[in-house]
Amino acid sequence: MPTSTKANGVKAWQLRDRKGQLLNWAMWMGTAIIFYVSWMKISDQTTWFFVYDAPRIAADISNRAFPPRWEYVLQLGKPVWDTLNIATLGTIFALIMAVPVAFLAAQNTTPSKIFVRPLALLIIVSTRSVNSLIWALLLVSIVGPGVFAGLIAISIRSIGFCAKLLYEAIEEIDETQVEAIRATGASGWQVMVYGIVPQILPAFAGIAVFRWDINIRESTVLGLVGAGGIGLQLQSSLNVLAWPQVSLILLVILVAVVIGEYVSAKVRGAII
Amino acid sequence: MSSALELKLGTRWKKPPFITDAKLRWALLIGSVIYLILAFASLEINWARVYEGLERGWRFIMAFSQPDFTSRANDIREGMIESVIMTVTSTIVGIAISIPVALGAARNIAPMPIYLVCRFVISISRALNEIIVAILFVAIFGFGPLAGFLTLSFATIGFLAKLLAEDIEDMNKSQAEAIRATGASWMQWINYGVQPQVMPRLIGLSIYRLDINFRESAVLGLVGAGGIGATLNTAFDRYEFGTVAAILIIIIVVVMALEYISGLIRARIK
Repeated sequence: MPTSTKANGVKAWQLRDRKGQLLNWAMWMGTAIIFYVSWMKISDQTTWFFVYDAPRIAADISNRAFPPRWEYVLQLGKPVWDTLNIATLGTIFALIMAVPVAFLAAQNTTPSKIFVRPLALLIIVSTRSVNSLIWALLLVSIVGPGVFAGLIAISIRSIGFCAKLLYEAIEEIDETQVEAIRATGASGWQVMVYGIVPQILPAFAGIAVFRWDINIRESTVLGLVGAGGIGLQLQSSLNVLAWPQVSLILLVILVAVVIGEYVSAKVRGAII
Repeated sequence: MSSALELKLGTRWKKPPFITDAKLRWALLIGSVIYLILAFASLEINWARVYEGLERGWRFIMAFSQPDFTSRANDIREGMIESVIMTVTSTIVGIAISIPVALGAARNIAPMPIYLVCRFVISISRALNEIIVAILFVAIFGFGPLAGFLTLSFATIGFLAKLLAEDIEDMNKSQAEAIRATGASWMQWINYGVQPQVMPRLIGLSIYRLDINFRESAVLGLVGAGGIGATLNTAFDRYEFGTVAAILIIIIVVVMALEYISGLIRARIK
């Protein structure tokens, strides 16, 4: 037990021994130094005059933003519908593409561990690491601005996420059930449909709804790079500094996100 | 023998449906078909434009076979350094703020008013998309990494404080009770009764958040909040697909490395 001796000779309990204390101290010191160096770098690139001015600017913006321009909501119907479509259709396309990838990536269903599995894992990692806004940026320059670019961006981005969670679910299935189906003389596809699919169906539904919820959030900002949805309205309102419209759009986005989260939580609660 | 079974004798076995309630099943099915028809009808796809773009898309894919790291090496390096700096600082500050918020948002530690305030902070932070927060911060604090740093710190609070608070709520009460029984003060109680129980989770979540913050820092530049995103945006605008491919490859490699390291650390502390 680590102890320290006080000036009057009494031993007292301590959390760490000498080495542990030094290590702990060094860790904190290291973190502080890294933070300080990084902070100086940020500070160098900051115009501090603007920052000192920030409270006034913030007050000014919120003065302009309130009250929101309520009648503008009538023009938001179509953008909200587009946003919903980007999220929903994007999730559906992503799932269609993610299912085969997941089966190829799972240890127990992949046809080849040496050739196919690494390829499937590469698809998962590369689609997951790149943010949907970057995908949208890219697709806008390929297929032109609009809902279609956003839809493809959302689906590509979601492949990795869905496939990763799905292949983990596939790897955790109960092999005895698969074995039982196989023992009846079922073909490969029948084993898949009656042995594996029923076991991963709840996980699949959960993943789909979970990703749909995330996609609602992400599709609200895709318009900033021209990929359709309510983000387009946000961008054009910001460009002309129409703060009452901006605040209304933010409010609409907030409501959409809350509804999305509520629906997804309800559905997941019903499944699990 | 039960009559239900007798009725089924001689009929073919059918797969049990995923949704047992027949009415709900049909309603959902018809509803989704109608929705899909409406949604596809409202999609306006300009196939001519898509066809024109295919050539550009192909050039982009080909660019990955020869990514151009050299011609914009300076911009890429500056952008990456800025992204890393934003990631590190915002994660540290985010964690530092999240811990008190998480303590406040745990029902078994905080009194009701504090609990409500902390939960409100968490839900605001979670509901607002990073990009939207970044736009507001850029408008208020001006262009540059400071806006990105503030955005990421703010986003970290919602994520970390929520999950940490849930972990604190799940902690073992008797351990905390034992510390309190020794006559410990509130700080000592948190320090010796609560903290050791949630520490592994806190470390795991922090590393995971570092990973997320790096990914997010790559896009904040699109709205002027600093980082590699600005370089990426410029490269896209100039159709320099070689540079775009180089940046994307760097991002993917860094994310993979971070994920690998965080997996190792999380496995060790478990």
